Amino acid sequence: MASIDIQSIRKSFGTFPVLHGVDLTIRDGEFIVLVGPSGCGKSTLLRMIAGLEGVTSGDIRIDGKRVNDLAPKDRDIAMVFQSYALYPHMSVADNMSYSLRLRRTAKEKIASAVGNAASKLGLDPLLERRPRALSGGQRQRVAMGRAIVRQPKAFLFDEPLSNLDARLREQMRAEIKKLHADLRATSIYVTHDQIEAMTLADRIVAMHAGVVQQVGTPLDLYDRPANLFVAGFIGSPGMNFFEGLYVVSGEKAELRLANGTVLPVGKRAGIESGSVATLGIRPEHVTLNDQGALEADVDLIEPTGFGIIMHVTLHDGPLKIFTLDRSMLNPGPKVRVDLPLERLHLFGSDGNRVD
Amino acid sequence: MRTSKLLLTVAHRLAILAYIVVALFPLFWLLKVSVTPNDLLYSEGVRMWPSRATFEHYTFVIAHSAFPTFFKNSLIVAGSTAIAVTILASLAGYALSRFNFRAKYWIVALMLITQMFPLVMLVAPIFKMLSPLGLTNSLTGLVIVYTAFNVPFATFLMQSFFDGIPKDLEEAAMIDGATQFIAFRQIILPLTLPGIAATLGFVFTAAWSELLFALMLISGNDAATFPVGLLTFVSKFSVDFGQMMAAGILALIPACLFFLLIQRYLVQGLTAGAVKG
Repeated sequence: MASIDIQSIRKSFGTFPVLHGVDLTIRDGEFIVLVGPSGCGKSTLLRMIAGLEGVTSGDIRIDGKRVNDLAPKDRDIAMVFQSYALYPHMSVADNMSYSLRLRRTAKEKIASAVGNAASKLGLDPLLERRPRALSGGQRQRVAMGRAIVRQPKAFLFDEPLSNLDARLREQMRAEIKKLHADLRATSIYVTHDQIEAMTLADRIVAMHAGVVQQVGTPLDLYDRPANLFVAGFIGSPGMNFFEGLYVVSGEKAELRLANGTVLPVGKRAGIESGSVATLGIRPEHVTLNDQGALEADVDLIEPTGFGIIMHVTLHDGPLKIFTLDRSMLNPGPKVRVDLPLERLHLFGSDGNRVD
Repeated sequence: MRTSKLLLTVAHRLAILAYIVVALFPLFWLLKVSVTPNDLLYSEGVRMWPSRATFEHYTFVIAHSAFPTFFKNSLIVAGSTAIAVTILASLAGYALSRFNFRAKYWIVALMLITQMFPLVMLVAPIFKMLSPLGLTNSLTGLVIVYTAFNVPFATFLMQSFFDGIPKDLEEAAMIDGATQFIAFRQIILPLTLPGIAATLGFVFTAAWSELLFALMLISGNDAATFPVGLLTFVSKFSVDFGQMMAAGILALIPACLFFLLIQRYLVQGLTAGAVKG
């Protein structure tokens, strides 16, 4: 197991830059999730750590040793691919033992390592099969098994669950978490699925357009998103935003929207009165209340079984509300809502959080 | 609905049948003439099968003509060419499929250009080049020429097979501890067996039946290949059709055997895309 240190890493494909200076320190045994929309550079960063992509500038250190110029085979890392990348002409056992055979490990050692990994992942009855005779979930398990037989310095996961159906994904997610608790191996996991990011990560690295937006624990990102991108990306249904002018009057502050609506917000130190700001509130934090300060027109009700997502219009602007109150299945044409002050997020005109 | 479907099936089968008849009729005629005794060849008119069949042409060709030498020469030339081309084309095709290098575009363009000239144009220069090297009238010279002419197409063929294999596989192998070459040999090559079989088959048949260069570069019977040898059955005054056809039938045998041997991989190649990588 090892720490991984990434210092001002840049990557360009030709003249097209995809990573603009990423700094990240991953502690020994930590589970890091790189999350972001397609094309944000998260997979490229992972592949650079693996040695599958060259580094344009900056340094990558694994266990204190600079690995920029090392071939993938010399970095002692294991990787699980989205496509699983199982060798089709080898049995499950041979797939799992390939790395050990390449290292000319003794036969008895290989057998015990494969046996251990197989029993951990429930693969014992499948060892003689070819990958084509396996289901998607089983292939996924073999790919994991191939990674863990070797006890590498770090595990890299490149969207490993994206090809599975929802039920299986949930199950494998839990298994990966259990496996990590068991092995305490340094892991870097790339996904665009924020649920996977929230549930698995010790720390999440949110990326957008080749730039790290925020690094923190899952709850950090949820409770105190550093900017508009993180605020909008983390959470489902996504956060509501209102843009307006931030105006201070005495001890109070408010946001004046273009349509004339005035929303009270707490007074903040980091922003001047009269500047443009964006207010954010999560759908689950909007409260429904007969005495609520704001009136909204109901547009659409989406029952999810667990709760209800309501789409309403608040003074010409759309607002999503998430509630567990089943009586809201038939709310009537109008509802009254409150936006609790302590739940409001405020972002300056540069998109960064203001406290 | 059902009748139209039936009609469609019948029409489909008839079309295939017509194609097969047209394609195989010359082969049938080859066989027919090869077993027709000389005295019946011109006396019976056009018949589908002679009134009396004989193997005398076969025994003559095998026992009394230089055909066994031609056959052996062809086997050596076609076999060596097929193996040499397949090795070169696998390596080149892999490079074109996986690597980005500076002159890649120009190399591909040059390889395409070599395919544009009619061979007749090149016979004289090639003769001129090989002659001082002592490679005319030698099987080695033929193998070199055939290899050179078959490598470009075979390379493109192999490249398309490599393109069909996900890059993830060798990346996984490289992370597992393989060098790029070991990943190529242990992971990628076994998966390209259908492509290798197709290339082997294609090059083997091309070299087996090549006439022009064999005719120009080889003189005398010792180094003649089978297509050149066939011409020895044509003399100034007559054409020995029976023996020529018997030799032709015999020459088909290795090609058929070869395809029987590799057809398992060819069929695999056709269905390879069905399995998700």
